[in-house]
Amino acid sequence: MELVRSLHLVAAEELLSVAGLILLLVAAWGGDKAARAISIASVGVLTVCALLAAPALCSGATGPDTLAFGGQYKADAFSAFAKLLIYAGAAVTLIVAPAFFDRFKAMRAEFPLLVLFASLGMGMMVSASDLLTLYLGLELNSLASYVLAAFLRSDDRSAESGLKYFVLGSLASGILLYGVSLTYGFTGHTSFAGIRAALGAGPMSVGATFGVVFILAGLAFKISAAPFHMWTPDVYEGAPTPVTTFFATAPKAAALALLMRISLEAFGAQPQAWQQIVIFASLLSIVIGALGAIGQDNIKRLMAYSSINNVGFMLIGLACATQNGAAAMLIYLAIYVAMSVAGFVAILMLRDENGDPVESIADLGGLSKTRPGLAAALAAVMFSLAGIPPLFGFWGKFVVFQAAVQANLVALAAIGIAASVIGAFYYLKVVKVMYFDEAVDKVRGKSDAAHVVLLAVASLFISPLGYLLTNWLHALAGNAAAALFHVA
Amino acid sequence: MIGIEHYVVVSSILFVLGVLGIFLNRKNVIIILMAIELILLSVNLNLVAFSAYLHDLVGQIFAMFVLTVAAGEAAIGLAILVIYFRGRGTIAVDDVNRMKG
Repeated sequence: MELVRSLHLVAAEELLSVAGLILLLVAAWGGDKAARAISIASVGVLTVCALLAAPALCSGATGPDTLAFGGQYKADAFSAFAKLLIYAGAAVTLIVAPAFFDRFKAMRAEFPLLVLFASLGMGMMVSASDLLTLYLGLELNSLASYVLAAFLRSDDRSAESGLKYFVLGSLASGILLYGVSLTYGFTGHTSFAGIRAALGAGPMSVGATFGVVFILAGLAFKISAAPFHMWTPDVYEGAPTPVTTFFATAPKAAALALLMRISLEAFGAQPQAWQQIVIFASLLSIVIGALGAIGQDNIKRLMAYSSINNVGFMLIGLACATQNGAAAMLIYLAIYVAMSVAGFVAILMLRDENGDPVESIADLGGLSKTRPGLAAALAAVMFSLAGIPPLFGFWGKFVVFQAAVQANLVALAAIGIAASVIGAFYYLKVVKVMYFDEAVDKVRGKSDAAHVVLLAVASLFISPLGYLLTNWLHALAGNAAAALFHVA
Repeated sequence: MIGIEHYVVVSSILFVLGVLGIFLNRKNVIIILMAIELILLSVNLNLVAFSAYLHDLVGQIFAMFVLTVAAGEAAIGLAILVIYFRGRGTIAVDDVNRMKG
């Protein structure tokens, strides 16, 4: 039975949507008092979804058996890899959110629901094997994200970041959609397999080239790659910090996975049509991310430029258009998600004695004397983001550069390495402020056990101990990349 | 005889107008919402024209989904705008500047 088989393949998405609807009813009756219970239930749901998605990744599922609903949907190892990162990012957001919002008396029952529905949309994005599924997943994620950015209604900056994110995000969706309509018109298909066959049949028409360019431009907005990065610093700064944590992890992983899927699968027959664009976006992101971060005083803005910079490095893996490149990109993505989680959980723990968030880098002066553990974790994140060897962040950059050299993109790898040295400057500046500046003693707030545990786990992952996991991480990323390159 | 080229030209003009409407408009955020709708309409025109040209129904089904999502998007955009207005008392584009950038 085709339908039963399809329903079985999309079990994680079904669970997310049904649980989301039930919890919505609970929220409607229970009101904001139920917010904490709904958050806990949502974390449970996300854990079960991760368990449902994991077998496909471990077994390296690929081929026609993973196609559901007549080829609209693909539950293969690649989508499972991305889904695990997405669910992890969403769960961390839900765990850290209540403590942050309680300070503003703004922990509302809708928050965990929006995160759940956004995760559902992201699951659809990474599993899409048809432009229609892609669009619906992307919009489900984006619409929930716009609301999340503006969630702290009393705060001007949050409303403004929601407005900016909405305007630029919808523009990106519009550009992407225009590309989708051109691709459909000039290839006659919306399924990735059909587009691949039509593009592979001969030289590419001008219309189809335009379609590819528009789709890539729309997705570059979503992953905040330069030259479409301008929303990132404002949205990261203005959005409530748990929401920024979410944006830096789950939607970033989903959009990057979607970009890989559409470039390598749908447009995989004509890599020369998009390779130049990806190389350009990659170099520009690395440079803008490194230069823009200099002179920033807000640590969330600094993380925003760092995310632009890191997306540039990940795009190097995509520019290779090889299976090794894709696997390297996935490894980098997993490490980046861990670094972001550690970084933002540490930022959430920076509170003054009233419990208000401390965001200015200058206020971190002498943190190593007052809060040595927190300062050490933040320093580990900064060193790891800079890619300094003993830390795990180095490994991600290393595998990406290795794949680039194997794919004869030596110049790209060389510029990338040079730019990562420039980038190290501002990461090290944060460490300098924390360890060598006069103690400001502004960070005095207590943090609860959940934050400490999350920070400890994520910091251990990015610490040199992370290298113990390289075999395992390589095997999983290899499975995922192989599924991506398995074209029936 | 009106062929597929005419439709594609009209839709690309609409698309460009929509994008310009977002970037050149310095007055009012509502106009940005209208420009976004214009972009989505140009996409729908494209989809339906290609669908008729290719004798393939997928484009028309796609257009239905785009219409639905556009309605949701407009609702959310207006809701965010209301929150923003409540806090700042203005919806002029030039005043959206609490953060640099």
